[in-house]
Amino acid sequence: MMAEIQHPLPNASWETRGYWEGAGRGEIVLQRCRSCGTVQHKPRGVCATCLSGDIEHFVASGRGTVYTFTVTNQNMAKGFAEACPYVMAYVTLEEGPRVLTNIVGCDPDTVIIGMKVTADFATQERDDGEAFAVPRFTPV
Amino acid sequence: MSIAGRFAIAGVYEHPSRFSPDKSEFQIMAECAKGALDDAGLQLSDVDGLFAASMTMGAMGIIDLAEYLNLKPDYLDGTNIGGSSFVAHVIHASAAINAGLCEVALVLYGSTAASSSMAIGTGGRGGAGPAESFISPYGMTTVGSYALYAQLHMNRYGTTSEQLAEIAVAARHHASMNPNAKMRQPITVDDVMSSRVISTPLHLLDCCIISDGGGAVIVTSLERARDLAKKPVIVLGAGEAAVHQEIGSPDLLTIAAKQSGAKAFGRAGLTPAEMDFAMLYDSFTITVLATLENLGFCQPGEGGDFVSGGRIKLGGALPLNLDGGGLSSNHPGMRGIFLVIEATKQLRGEGDVRQVQGARLACVHGTGGTIGDKHSGATLILGVE
Repeated sequence: MMAEIQHPLPNASWETRGYWEGAGRGEIVLQRCRSCGTVQHKPRGVCATCLSGDIEHFVASGRGTVYTFTVTNQNMAKGFAEACPYVMAYVTLEEGPRVLTNIVGCDPDTVIIGMKVTADFATQERDDGEAFAVPRFTPV
Repeated sequence: MSIAGRFAIAGVYEHPSRFSPDKSEFQIMAECAKGALDDAGLQLSDVDGLFAASMTMGAMGIIDLAEYLNLKPDYLDGTNIGGSSFVAHVIHASAAINAGLCEVALVLYGSTAASSSMAIGTGGRGGAGPAESFISPYGMTTVGSYALYAQLHMNRYGTTSEQLAEIAVAARHHASMNPNAKMRQPITVDDVMSSRVISTPLHLLDCCIISDGGGAVIVTSLERARDLAKKPVIVLGAGEAAVHQEIGSPDLLTIAAKQSGAKAFGRAGLTPAEMDFAMLYDSFTITVLATLENLGFCQPGEGGDFVSGGRIKLGGALPLNLDGGGLSSNHPGMRGIFLVIEATKQLRGEGDVRQVQGARLACVHGTGGTIGDKHSGATLILGVE
């Protein structure tokens, strides 16, 4: 019986805090530029399209499609070695951006490109007071 | 003014060792410097430009290296864009010489990746910082990153594992003719297919080996190179590029080679079809297939057929990686310098039993970083008079 992935704890800067705090609330939070309207990910302090600093955050649907994936049979890093085989994937969100993630809650052999998935959040014990979670995705 | 056609590789040396537990990175670099200077007929005192990168050199490592070699160069370049760095160094050296900033550029690489037991392929990737936190929670390995690319390529174009295996088989065939290669026993497509799957769809034998090693390349003006010991190998075209997870979800299958290759071929006024052979970074079999398509040797999706039927073996339509590549000869973490070294030897006619007969034009492409995440590409078109 394979173990659950023990995700290394994410850490946030001021620029990325909105994403991880959103995940802690069970939300995928993305950025949109108020100046040019571009949705961007990964989060940053400026719009990487027009360099405006006028950025807003919004809650995305949490739905997406598997863009590509791999079933990892070998990863020597702690937290993953015990969880092999696990699925690492890119998921294209309905709002456009693509995120690296894990596909969980299904047999790794059933994952296919184009599969519809929805966000699932792994909450973690941490001792720094942050209420972050790690977004993964599961089949719809 | 373009650098095309006016700068040349005047000396090269590849360290013969694949396991050097008793040596430091800098010692390996120094031994390679001696080899390349001897090859060119130059002295260490002739060197006025120093270029290097390695797996462990820090932000100011190029100064440490100058100290180790007791050099006081007029030009320093410690650019590190991953395994492609040394291909880029040849470009940067040509530009620096063109600008009159130095005359004799020494490009160095040394690594003890194997004897230091570096976990390159399936160790965890990404640190704990805010930027890495979008990667590190998900168990991305180097193999896994390339596997994401391979899976998408197979899904979109029907590329098969057997076709990828052809790339590993050709590399081993060439390695069998290279006395310094780490893995010299010929393999078959079945051997690759029956090796264990590391990260679907990539098998163990789709992955490069890990070795120690190092190399050196000397770049100078074509004028000066003509007066030195060996036939100059001329930089005819060059290009660099970076690809990353840009805004707007780009096509993962488009790699940096598309941009850098178009620049390099354009500046050389040549086409892929005119190349006699190519040296393409082969961290994994899929890296080669991706590079062939993106450089324009074939159309997207045609890579599987392109590499099949012995077409990339010595004697085939486009022999690739004549030294045995990272898949079989050596891969000390960043192997771009070996692409330049083998291309130079082949173009001089020093390929021995693995010589591409009549080779006059070659394409060299280095990939640095990982194609499933973010990476650099550096392309050189090389030729002889």
